Amino acid sequence: MNEALSTIKDKTLTYQQKLIGLARVAENTINVLKIDDEVQVYREEGIICDLFEGNAPYRPRYIVPNYEKFMEEGSQFLKLQPPTNIWEAVNSLLILYKHVPSITSFPVYIGNIDTLLEPFIKDENEARQAIKLFLTHIDRTLTDSFCHGNIGPHDTKAGRIILEVEKELENAIPNITLKYSDETSDDLAIKAIETALVTAKPSFANHQIFTNDLGNYGIVSCYNGLKIGGGSHTLVRLNLSALAQKAQDEKHFMETILPDAIKRMTRYMDQRVKFLVEESEFFQTSFLVKEGLIDIDNFTAMFGMFGLAEGVNHLLQAKDLKDRFGHGEKANQLGYRIIEKMYELVSQHPAPYCNGADGKYLLHAQVGTDFDHGISPGCRIPIGDEPSIPQHLMQSAKFHEFFPSGIGDIFKFDETAKGNPKYILDIIKGAFNIGMRYFSLYCTDCDVVRITGYLVKRSDMEKLEAGGQVLNDAVVLGLGAVKNQKVLDRKLRKDE
Amino acid sequence: MNRGAVNRIIPFSSVDGPGNRTAIFLQGCNLNCLYCHNPETINQCSDCGRCVETCPAEALKHQAGKVQWNEESCTHCHECLKTCNLNSTPRVKFMTVEEILEELKKLQAFISGITVSGGECTLQIPFLVELFREIKKLGLSIYVDTNASVPLWKEKEFLSLVDQFMVDLKSIDSEEHKMLTGVDCDVVLENIKHLAIRDQLYEIRTVIVPEVLDNQRNVEQTSKLIATLNPDIRYKLIKYRSLGVRGDLINTSSPTDEEMKRLGEVAYSNGCHQVILI
Repeated sequence: MNEALSTIKDKTLTYQQKLIGLARVAENTINVLKIDDEVQVYREEGIICDLFEGNAPYRPRYIVPNYEKFMEEGSQFLKLQPPTNIWEAVNSLLILYKHVPSITSFPVYIGNIDTLLEPFIKDENEARQAIKLFLTHIDRTLTDSFCHGNIGPHDTKAGRIILEVEKELENAIPNITLKYSDETSDDLAIKAIETALVTAKPSFANHQIFTNDLGNYGIVSCYNGLKIGGGSHTLVRLNLSALAQKAQDEKHFMETILPDAIKRMTRYMDQRVKFLVEESEFFQTSFLVKEGLIDIDNFTAMFGMFGLAEGVNHLLQAKDLKDRFGHGEKANQLGYRIIEKMYELVSQHPAPYCNGADGKYLLHAQVGTDFDHGISPGCRIPIGDEPSIPQHLMQSAKFHEFFPSGIGDIFKFDETAKGNPKYILDIIKGAFNIGMRYFSLYCTDCDVVRITGYLVKRSDMEKLEAGGQVLNDAVVLGLGAVKNQKVLDRKLRKDE
Repeated sequence: MNRGAVNRIIPFSSVDGPGNRTAIFLQGCNLNCLYCHNPETINQCSDCGRCVETCPAEALKHQAGKVQWNEESCTHCHECLKTCNLNSTPRVKFMTVEEILEELKKLQAFISGITVSGGECTLQIPFLVELFREIKKLGLSIYVDTNASVPLWKEKEFLSLVDQFMVDLKSIDSEEHKMLTGVDCDVVLENIKHLAIRDQLYEIRTVIVPEVLDNQRNVEQTSKLIATLNPDIRYKLIKYRSLGVRGDLINTSSPTDEEMKRLGEVAYSNGCHQVILI
C-alpha cells in the first residue's frame, strides 16, 4: 500500500501521529541532498543510518533554547511579556514549548525547569499546584519521550516539588536529569533516587564533566549534552557491528575500514548540515534565532555510533563470555582503541557550522532504535552479558570521556534499594569519580521503564500491542526495543 | 603473619548498614542456631576431602593433606556444601590484611565503608584490629555485625576502631536463647548495654520464628529495652525464611506479613523510633 495511505488507515495512530507521519512521507518525496555512491551503499546496508531524519532537513534535529533569556525578556513573536508570577511562568513556558521544533516535532529540551520556576515560588502550596498542572500538561501534549527537562545541581524548592510531583504522577514525559556535582546536597540526591526508584527518573549527569566539555549545557532528548542556546543540526550513526563484518581482521578494520567509514559518514553529515543551514531558511527565519533564544554559533552536530560490543566480538571471534566485550581484557582493549581512533578521526574533520564545538562534530553513543535486532546501544555491554556492577562501572566509565554529546548506562535495582537509597548514591558518586558521565536507574516494579535512553510506560506498551492508540509516540519504539533488544531483561543489581 | 579466615567478600551490599558497603564474611561461628541460614560458615574445614570427590568442576584438590580450592574453575554449584557434613566449606580464603586492602582500594570510591560479618567475626578480633587500623586510614567507616556472645566491652582497641555495631538479639529470654543457639544471652545483653552507652549500637535484629520462639515476648521486651537505652537504635525484625536452613533441626514456617506488621506496631508503641521489617 502507498505509505501515505497506510499512515492514514493505521488504527494505532492518533490524529497528531498521522499528521507527523504524513509530513515525513511528503518530505521524502524530494531528493535534495548530494549523496555520493559510497555513502549510499553504506546507507542501504544499514551501516550509516540517519534515524529517519528525512530527505530534506528543514529544522535542526535538536534545539536547546535559552529559556532563561525568554523568561527575562518574554517574546515579541509570541506576544508574551516576561512572567511575573508562577501561573504566568508555567503558561509562558508551555506556550514556547509548542513552538520549539525538533526531529520529533516536540521540544527535546524544556529547560532547567527548577531554576526557571524558582523565582516565582512564593507560596509553596500554590507552586505545587502550578507545577503539577505544568508537568501533567507536558505529559499529555508534548507526547514524546524525548522531551527532556533538567534540574539541579543546586537544591531549590522548585526542584524538590518537581521530584515529589513526578513521584506521585508516574508520568513517562518529560524525561528528567539531575545535574549532579559536589555542590548538590546529599539530601536532594537521595530524594532524586527515591523518585527514580518509583518512576525511573531523574537520571544523574556528571555536572563537572559536562561543564568542562561544553560550558553552559543542557541534557536533551535521551542523554545528549549540548550547549544552551544551540543544539545539534543532525545525528547520524555508524553501525560498528555491521561495519566490522567488512573487515578481514582487526588491522584491516582499524587502518582501512573504520577511517573510510568515518570519511563517508562525515561527508553525509556535511550534506545534511549544509542544506539545513544554507537552503532550508530555518536559521534565516525562525523567531528563536531572531530573538536570540538560539544562535547558530552554539550549534554542532552529533556523530553517533552503536554496536561496539558486537563489532569487537566479531573482530576477535570472541565466543565465550570470558573473552567477550565487557569481560575479556583483549576485547575491552580493542573496544577502547576503536573509540579512541574514532574520536581522533572525527575531531580532525572540519565540520561546517559547528562553532558550538570548535568546528567539530561530537561523538555520541547512540542508544539504538526499535529495529536494532541484537545490536547494543553505543559502547554498552550487551544485555545478558553484564558483569557485576563494580566491574561494569569500571569498564564503562573508560569510554565516557570521548562522548561529550552523550553516553550513559542504565542500572536496574530491586525493591531492597528503596530501604537504602544512599547505597545507590554511593555508587553514583563512585561512578562519577572514575569519570562516568551519565547514570540512569530504575526499580523492577516501576510502570515507567527506561528503554534505552527514553522512558515509556509498560502499561502503554501493553495497550499498543493490543492494537490500541496511545498518546506517546515513543511507545512504538519502546515496544520494538523490548522485542528486539531484551530491554526488560537487564541484569538485576542485587548485592554482588 | 596474621591471616583471617574469609568465607567471602561481597563488593557492593545494600543490606549491611548505611549506604553501599563492602561486606566481609568471616568463617567460623561459636553458636549453632537451629535456624542458621548459612550453616556452612560455622566450622573451619577439617580437610577430610569428601568434597573433592563430589566436585563436578574439579575445582577442589587434596594436596599435602589440605583441600585446595581453585577459584577460577569453580562454577559455584555448591555441591561441596551439600557434601560437607561438618557445617563447613572448602572455599575459605586465609587472607592477609594487605590482600583485603588491595580488594578494598579498588572499591573505595564506591562505598561508604565496610561491614564485617560471619560466621561470627568477633572470634577473630586480633586479625580485625590489624585490619581495621588500616581501613581507618582509607577513611572508610567500619561496621560490625555480631551475635555479641563475646564480651566486647573488654576489647578496648577493637571498640575504639569500630564505628557501629549491628547486634543479633535472637531471644531476650536466656532459656529460649540457649535452646535456640546453645548459649544463654547474658553476655549479649551486657554487650548491648555497653555499646548503647558508647553510642555504637546502630541496630538490633531479631528473627521472628513462629511456633519455635515466643515472638510476642521477645519483641515486647526488646523494644522496651531499646526505648530505654536509646529509641533511635534501629530495631530490625526479620521474617524467618527457610532458604539455606537445615530442615532436620527446625520445623516451622515463615510468619505472615500481617504478623510482622503487628509485631512492628508493638515495637513502635513501646517507643522505638525506627522499626524495619524485612
